[in-house]
Amino acid sequence: MTGQGAFRRALLDPAAAVPAGLVGPGGGPAARRFAVYRNNVAVGLTEALEAAFPILRRIVGDDFFRAMAGVFLRAHPPQSPCLADYGAAMPEFLAGFPPVAHLGYLPDVARLENALRRAYHAADAAPLAPGDLPAPADLAAARVTLAPAVCVIRSAAPLFGIWRFNTRADAPMPGTGPEDVLVTRPGFDPHVDLLPPGGAAFVEALDRGATLAAAAAAQGPAQDPAPTIALLLARGAITALHRADGGPALHDSAEARRNP
Amino acid sequence: MTGKPASADVALPGRALTRLPAGVGVGFKPQHFSDILEAPGPVEWVEIHAENYMGAGGRPLAQLRALAERFPVSLHGVGLSIGGEGRLDADHLARLRRLAGWLDPASFSEHLAWSSHEGAYLNDLLPLPYTDATLDRVASHIDEVQEALGRRMLLENPSSYLAFAESTWSETDFLAELAHRTGCGLLLDVNNVFVSATNLGTDPRAYIAAFPLGLVGEIHLGGHAAEADETGAALLIDSHAAPVADPVWALYGEVIAAAGPRPTLIEWDSDVPAWPGLRAEAARAAAVLVGARA
Repeated sequence: MTGQGAFRRALLDPAAAVPAGLVGPGGGPAARRFAVYRNNVAVGLTEALEAAFPILRRIVGDDFFRAMAGVFLRAHPPQSPCLADYGAAMPEFLAGFPPVAHLGYLPDVARLENALRRAYHAADAAPLAPGDLPAPADLAAARVTLAPAVCVIRSAAPLFGIWRFNTRADAPMPGTGPEDVLVTRPGFDPHVDLLPPGGAAFVEALDRGATLAAAAAAQGPAQDPAPTIALLLARGAITALHRADGGPALHDSAEARRNP
Repeated sequence: MTGKPASADVALPGRALTRLPAGVGVGFKPQHFSDILEAPGPVEWVEIHAENYMGAGGRPLAQLRALAERFPVSLHGVGLSIGGEGRLDADHLARLRRLAGWLDPASFSEHLAWSSHEGAYLNDLLPLPYTDATLDRVASHIDEVQEALGRRMLLENPSSYLAFAESTWSETDFLAELAHRTGCGLLLDVNNVFVSATNLGTDPRAYIAAFPLGLVGEIHLGGHAAEADETGAALLIDSHAAPVADPVWALYGEVIAAAGPRPTLIEWDSDVPAWPGLRAEAARAAAVLVGARA
């Protein structure tokens, strides 16, 4: 009997013998035939990773990426048939993969690419328009709901510059300092923006349910929250505003998020 | 599992084999979205891979909603691992139920294959030994799927590169027995018939002659690639990356002549041509179906 456990182990281990009990026509050899399945698994998962991490692939090169994908897919086969989720473990894998130890920013690139993919598939949400905002006096004590696609990536590396350099033909070389980025999805296409200093703390605080005033305090007294608020509004990243008095939410698009 | 009542006796809504029209459909690719709505040509329905539409929102679901307003949709699963040794993935079955619930597809189909083992998804349709034990297990999984979805499903014949020494059933008898026990219909992939027969040294016409054509709710046509094994014997790869091969068209014509018009899908998943190329392939199948109605 040829069990699926033995079949799986041999699929993922190119050095393993072909499981017993498999035959070609007339009971002939099955090695080349088993190799078709072995190849399908490795090539299919490698292609899924190539589609998921185009910037990583561009940075390390096609050949290196394919070899690295071969190591990754054996250590971390998908846990779900939904391959849009595949690669969640890539940042941790890269952080512990000696051949890229000199490229300390790669895990952050992988986190960004995972966030872009999650944003692409995130629930739809009708955004709040800038004109919907109440007077500033009411704003400070308000809390917001962020769109499901929103994600902040903090990085000790110039992550925004690295992303831009690898996705735009005419982009300048990345800088050298740390850069935090904001992932949003206005419409159907995910968007990447550079957050101003303190912006990451501000957005994270809002996401935890802080009032705008408390979030502004969280980002540090020297920073002006206005540019980050403007950025969130411009990218459709705020979907509802809740008044401090517990009154009805302004433009609560929860209905739109319950999809489909 | 003797004495187990056939689940065909259990009331399943939608007892018809399929609600797909007996015309031609194509496997939907996002790059064809505008073209297929503006110039479908002979295409009457579309098929999607269920696993690509299990996200919460965004462009994939928006495109699917727009397609479903215009065309009957066939929901085709590639990751349920119905032949798996373990239990079905409850989370995945729940995702499938949710998708089928709002989409209300004209058909749901899956494969006689396994693809997951102890939580790892291997992203390929892997082969099964045709034994009594496999039969019991697969029948039980089909029962579970049909009960969860509240609908009759179609089960697709695989493309095979090798065989299991322990098999005691022919593939056609195995599929017929599964359909008998569970009440499921069958999806006949004519390219898979040709690929498997070539690879295993059997006769594709004998396979078709033995196949329960009355249970066929859908037909698949796709392209294959030709290689050879270590003995020099032909080894065809079910690539879905090429036009349908001439011998497969010939076999398809014989199937339609024997079975009458059936919903027929052109599947092209890699190196996908621009819309006019795929539409031309669909037109070739449509001509066969029209000829059979005349």
